[in-house]
Amino acid sequence: MRIGVGLPTSTPAVGGGHRGPELLSWAARAEGGPFTSLGVIDRLAYDCTDPLVALAAAAAVTTRLRLATMVVIGPIRPAAVLAAQAASLDALSGGRLTLGVSLGARPDDYDAAGASWRGRGRHLSDELAAMRDIWEGTSVGPRPASPGGPDLLVGGGSGAAFLRAARYADGYVHGGGPPRAFASAAERARAAWADAGRPGQPQLWGQSYFSLADPEAGAAYLRRYYAFTGPFAERVAAGLLDSPKAVREQVAGYAEAGCDELVLLPATSDPSEVDRLADAVA
Amino acid sequence: MRVGICGGGPAGLYLAVLLRRAGHEIVLRERNPPGVTYGWGVVFSDESLAELRDADYETYLRIDEALVRWSSIDVHYGGELIRSTGHGFAAIARTTLLRLLAERAAALGADVAFSAPVSEADPLAPFAGCDLVVAADGVRSPVRSAHPGLFRPTFSPTASKYVWFGADFALPVFTFIFNPTAQGLFQVHSYPYDAHRSTFIVECSEAAWRSAGLDTMTEADSLAFCQSLFDPWLSGHRLLSNESVWRTFETVRNRSWHGRVGEQDVVLVGDAAHTAHFSIGSGTRLALDDAIALAKAFVAEPGDRAAALAAYEGERQPVVERFQEVATDSARYFESVGRYLGFAPEPFAFNLLTRSGRIGHGNLTARDPVLVNRVDRRFAGAGPDRIVVPPPLLTPLPLAAGCTVGNRVVVAPGTLDAASADGMPGEAHAAALLDGAATGAGLVVTEEVAPTPDGRVTSGSPGLWNDEQAQAWTKVAAAVHETGARLALRLTHAGRRGATMPRGRGLDRPLRSGGWRLLAPAALPYTARSRRPEPMERAARDAVRAAYADAAGRAARAGVDVLLLDMADGYLLASFLSPLANPGAGDDRAAYPLGVLAAVRAVWPADRPLAVRLVADDRFPGGLTAADGVVLARRLADAGADLVDVAAGHTVPEAGADYRRLFNAGLADRIRNEAGVAVIVGGHITRLDEVNTILAAGRADLCRLDPSRYRRRGALP
Repeated sequence: MRIGVGLPTSTPAVGGGHRGPELLSWAARAEGGPFTSLGVIDRLAYDCTDPLVALAAAAAVTTRLRLATMVVIGPIRPAAVLAAQAASLDALSGGRLTLGVSLGARPDDYDAAGASWRGRGRHLSDELAAMRDIWEGTSVGPRPASPGGPDLLVGGGSGAAFLRAARYADGYVHGGGPPRAFASAAERARAAWADAGRPGQPQLWGQSYFSLADPEAGAAYLRRYYAFTGPFAERVAAGLLDSPKAVREQVAGYAEAGCDELVLLPATSDPSEVDRLADAVA
Repeated sequence: MRVGICGGGPAGLYLAVLLRRAGHEIVLRERNPPGVTYGWGVVFSDESLAELRDADYETYLRIDEALVRWSSIDVHYGGELIRSTGHGFAAIARTTLLRLLAERAAALGADVAFSAPVSEADPLAPFAGCDLVVAADGVRSPVRSAHPGLFRPTFSPTASKYVWFGADFALPVFTFIFNPTAQGLFQVHSYPYDAHRSTFIVECSEAAWRSAGLDTMTEADSLAFCQSLFDPWLSGHRLLSNESVWRTFETVRNRSWHGRVGEQDVVLVGDAAHTAHFSIGSGTRLALDDAIALAKAFVAEPGDRAAALAAYEGERQPVVERFQEVATDSARYFESVGRYLGFAPEPFAFNLLTRSGRIGHGNLTARDPVLVNRVDRRFAGAGPDRIVVPPPLLTPLPLAAGCTVGNRVVVAPGTLDAASADGMPGEAHAAALLDGAATGAGLVVTEEVAPTPDGRVTSGSPGLWNDEQAQAWTKVAAAVHETGARLALRLTHAGRRGATMPRGRGLDRPLRSGGWRLLAPAALPYTARSRRPEPMERAARDAVRAAYADAAGRAARAGVDVLLLDMADGYLLASFLSPLANPGAGDDRAAYPLGVLAAVRAVWPADRPLAVRLVADDRFPGGLTAADGVVLARRLADAGADLVDVAAGHTVPEAGADYRRLFNAGLADRIRNEAGVAVIVGGHITRLDEVNTILAAGRADLCRLDPSRYRRRGALP
């Protein structure tokens, strides 16, 4: 199993200033560590650095790391715009983009974008099909570096999400949780893949939050970030990987469940967290 | 911490014991007087007793003394008694359990009061000053009802009717009775709970309940009716009534199990938080486990109620969901048990014991090897002298006079899309099918093979419309036969899903160049991006039907063992069947697919099996339902199909499934046992024990393993 690390794009900036230099420092440190990818998350109606802009910045200071969205909310962006951005990022990074896409969970992100919350499932399916067509064609955006465009992953936990991954994508990205939750979702992703008649196997990506130096600050961030889910926020905070042992157990559990790449997302912005995480997974 | 507990059932009282022991202040209020309860006995499994022992040894000892234990399950069916051994269970009178728990709570210094009035408008009122209020107030929880937005409960009723009686004698062991009557099937779930009493639950369909007049009977009349109905098994003993009225079971679920009301945290436990169908006998166990988990959470998170409540919910919700799934499967079994009344006693009992998925062929063998041997022996048709009896999956299946498959496992290596532009199968096809055969499966199935050039799914789909292709398939069949496996050829006209790119990067992506005309019953494209198909007029229908027959003839000459005629997955014949794809057809939608079947049957050798892959449920509003699937399967069998490969969904692109383990098994079971046809089931079957269980329980005849089970990463594209 490959291990990636997230960029701190929605955690409070170090020293309370603008999020910026530390993202680049973070990415550069990750490049020197035992990681295979940099991941970003996406929220619009929140203080969150744009995921594709953050990855573009990271692309400039890295050469080997895969750049992964974990995930972008698809339907709040027009398909052609997202496809062109993704193709641009894929091209300027030398084909390093993996585009995870899902519905997101918040109506306010849709409101802020002026996108319709109703019908978002069908909208996402259309968008996935359209993006692949755009990447293979010549009428919209630049040519991506990856043949046929970047790998697409779909997230979500419903039957419709697994079907969408099987119909339109190259794999499935899980939303986080203990290894048994990942294992159960991964099984369903494989089952949908086979049922739809797709050749081969889906890529399976997982994610977990970590905070090693200051777990309490990390947990506080998660409670705030997930406050819209009500009591579920406490469960997310309870799942925070707050020690090297917890990280190692999570890594072992995900590997056993057949995860291809586990991206460990930060819950604080301190760039030295990258080194702590590197030590924990080394 | 000062804890208010609303409700003095098992969850509330046990929580009072555990939290009091941990030093918390307890105020428990119960609306009924002590000793009043409407249940009879409650059941524990061995593992739930172990939990109790660890949580409070004192309580465990007292409960243990009052338990009745047994290790068998009796099944009275068809005039026979089948006894299955090795099931460790215990039961206790509900009144005894409550008395023991109340005594222990009081001895520890909990403030426990009975006959305390509860205000439906403000059920939290008696608990002013408490930091935490626990709603242990049962399935109709007044606390939950007063704050629905906090917990967001849902209620899912089951279709059956049931009534809880007692009986004035102790049954020897847990007992199921199946009693078919003129009014319908009545079944009993019963078990002893002390030396002189048993719980006796009677269950039936709503139709049987009305037909017997139970909907209008008084409590006394319904008691007398059931008394006489089960007289042969009661042998002179009496049924007892205690508010024993007929009910409909409801599964209660809550989105959230805790929240805040003003300054108080409120949390649900037991039936207030969840119910699970009584046929798995786990309601009290789940309630006591809730109490244990909640008490533990406060030990693990001292001084942080929010964290403790989150930990409790995080710990319990997934466990309870799993129980509810199991219980729902069990409830569904009892709702549809009428379809198994033609089973011999051994498979009937095996099907009953494995109904919820918790017990399979493997672990039932560990519990009761004698019964499983009887089941396997009957399955294999082995006489009493035979010592070596194969497990069900290794039992050969004669599908037609000239074709027996060596075992019950089917593999379909899946799509390659690797044929040449003229539809010629190549080395890759032979290699993939041989890889499949190397698993040891009895039957290996090809990907979609087209009867005409414009019937191909993708530009890489193989075909069988000319003799060169037939030659290539002859080689493939010979190579598969070398392994001992049988070869099934899936004959598919793609219809409106045709002319697409190979499926490596997604499905239903129309070819940009080199496409071909699409045929369908109506001019409805499959997706918004798909090309519009031509509605098939008479001439096109005749031509395609003839092409199917020609291809079947070539398949026969190529040495293919089983012809699998594709009426699923949104392809041509499936789109004829479904109102979603064929909305205008006024008359019989099945007429054309049945015509194709007849034309193929006329050509296909009588001694070789003809199978149909059938969309037995569109899983989409306005589409075919499982009931339609049963009717269609019957008509296919009447028209000469020997086997139905049960499929669902994909008639329209949005129609999928939940993709849980064995997600097509319930549908296949229904088709097999209501239509009376042999079936193949697929749908996320990954373990051989699942195969043995499905077969021995009579839910299917052949099982298709999920490709993830055997398709090595990189070994196949």
